Amino acid sequence: MNYSQETVQNLCRKAVQVRANILEMIPPGKVGHLGGSASSADIMAALYFHAMKVNRDDPKDPTRDRLIMSKGHAVLVQYACLAELGYFDRSELAKVKTFDGKLQGHPDMDKTPGIEAVTGSLGQGLSISLGLALGLTLDASDSHVYTILGDGELAEGQVWEAVMAARVHKASNLTAIVDWNGIQATSTTAEIFPIENLADKWTAFGWNVIEIDGHDMRQILEALDAARAYTEGPSVILARTVKGKGFSFAEGKAKYHNASMSEDEYALAWKCIEEMKKEIEA
Amino acid sequence: MRTSDSLRKTYGETLVELGKNNKDIVMLEADLGNSTMSSLFAASYPERYFQMGIAEQNMASTAAGLALAGKIPFINSFAVFASGRAYDQIRSSITIADLNVKICGSSAGLSDYGDGKTHQSIDDIALMQVLPHMTVLSPCDAVETEKMVKAMVDHEGPVYLRINRNDLPLVTDPEQPYHIGKMSQLADGKDVVIFATGIMVQQSLKAAELLREEGISARVVNVSTIKPLDTAAVLSFCKGMKGIVTAEEHSVIGGLGSAIASATSRTRIPLEMLGVDDRYGTSAENYEVLLRNYRLEPEDVAGKVRSILGVN
Repeated sequence: MNYSQETVQNLCRKAVQVRANILEMIPPGKVGHLGGSASSADIMAALYFHAMKVNRDDPKDPTRDRLIMSKGHAVLVQYACLAELGYFDRSELAKVKTFDGKLQGHPDMDKTPGIEAVTGSLGQGLSISLGLALGLTLDASDSHVYTILGDGELAEGQVWEAVMAARVHKASNLTAIVDWNGIQATSTTAEIFPIENLADKWTAFGWNVIEIDGHDMRQILEALDAARAYTEGPSVILARTVKGKGFSFAEGKAKYHNASMSEDEYALAWKCIEEMKKEIEA
Repeated sequence: MRTSDSLRKTYGETLVELGKNNKDIVMLEADLGNSTMSSLFAASYPERYFQMGIAEQNMASTAAGLALAGKIPFINSFAVFASGRAYDQIRSSITIADLNVKICGSSAGLSDYGDGKTHQSIDDIALMQVLPHMTVLSPCDAVETEKMVKAMVDHEGPVYLRINRNDLPLVTDPEQPYHIGKMSQLADGKDVVIFATGIMVQQSLKAAELLREEGISARVVNVSTIKPLDTAAVLSFCKGMKGIVTAEEHSVIGGLGSAIASATSRTRIPLEMLGVDDRYGTSAENYEVLLRNYRLEPEDVAGKVRSILGVN
């Protein structure tokens, strides 16, 4: 589909709002996964505000599309989207990771409206998504299942079990998206556990592989369309991203995988939000 | 309808029967379907049968996804792999979310006698019963297995079922209604109560016969739901007894014995546990050789009873 400048621009605005919501959840003194949340913010905005069928008024609507955050630690970005859509009150954002809040440190379907599974123990989300996809197919449903994986997470062997099985069972209603930001908890993936030739690997396993810049909204939209249109089997979008994208002081740094910001950094982060807004309107 | 005394064949046949009317039942397996008898499902309902290859972790989490889609997935493997190989997947994908996944641990205990220690599960009850939301079932014969599988389908939530590989003598009453969470007395007695599960129910009934000849009266209770344990029933069966014996084909650590000991700790009635000591299994030419060498025969149950009563 040929997307208008207006559609793209609106989604870019949403992505900035998503990043602002993320910031609300990590005020100084609070620790949070800024890096991997910000790197997937554009993809998540495209999914929640455009590609996916969602229903805030009936979170269990059987015709909805499903999103499984396999890299569960980055759930802040999902909370940011769900809050924006009104799945829960915005006041919950400040209560993230508190005893009385609805927003857990990792995704919990029982606590948070709009969360579809329990994830966080890495490597399990693609398998859960496969099961969902197979179940939906048995019911002749048109719903699609999306899974967000981290590139560091790809070291988990179970991911590749699921990659094989999804092809065997021809799960064409399943799209995996790798938030390929190149950095994991303690350092770069290149240093910690380099997994090379990602596109070749997924291709060899029989998946429809689409490579994009994960911060180019138009590319994201077109890739999501192509993945959904592909009916021969599962698709994967390998999205090149920048960890901490949008926050200059945090970009490309493992330190902000899960950290607290100083008062100065936090003020700077909000300035970054304003700059992102200006850039879109320019 | 049950066609044999095989627990695993009965398991597979019962699911074929139930699958006829209940279209939500789906079967997943990891290339052991001819042993677990989950393969019987494939012939009747190929579209609801998922061969997941030798990849138990993916199988467990995939089942979680199928449950999220409203299905009733049964996952199948040997007990040792079903519980241990996919432990974190059962914990994180299935039980934290309290999903409606049924896990069949087949060839449990030492019952896969030839394959040896890597394939014999002496720790699966311990692993499964520590998980919140999990129900742990252990049938002692094919009659009970049939009723249990039907109850599993009706029960909402994760269930672990541990099944013996070998045919076992029928000891339960086909007419007696079955409920998950209930235990049943198979022999009455007044001196000692024996709480047994799986094949140790048959061994304990034989032990009660041996003891009767010696003038000792032993009550035998079949504890086929290990979790949730019916503590009130346990205490009621213990009333007036001089001793409690537990018997299981599983490690004495973390199994039925531990659960009964916790439940009865305030009764101050002496308790002896019979089970696999803190060690792994081994290969043997037949099941009986293993049961003898791991001290899981009727005479071993009787020995625990005598020991607790202070008679030789």
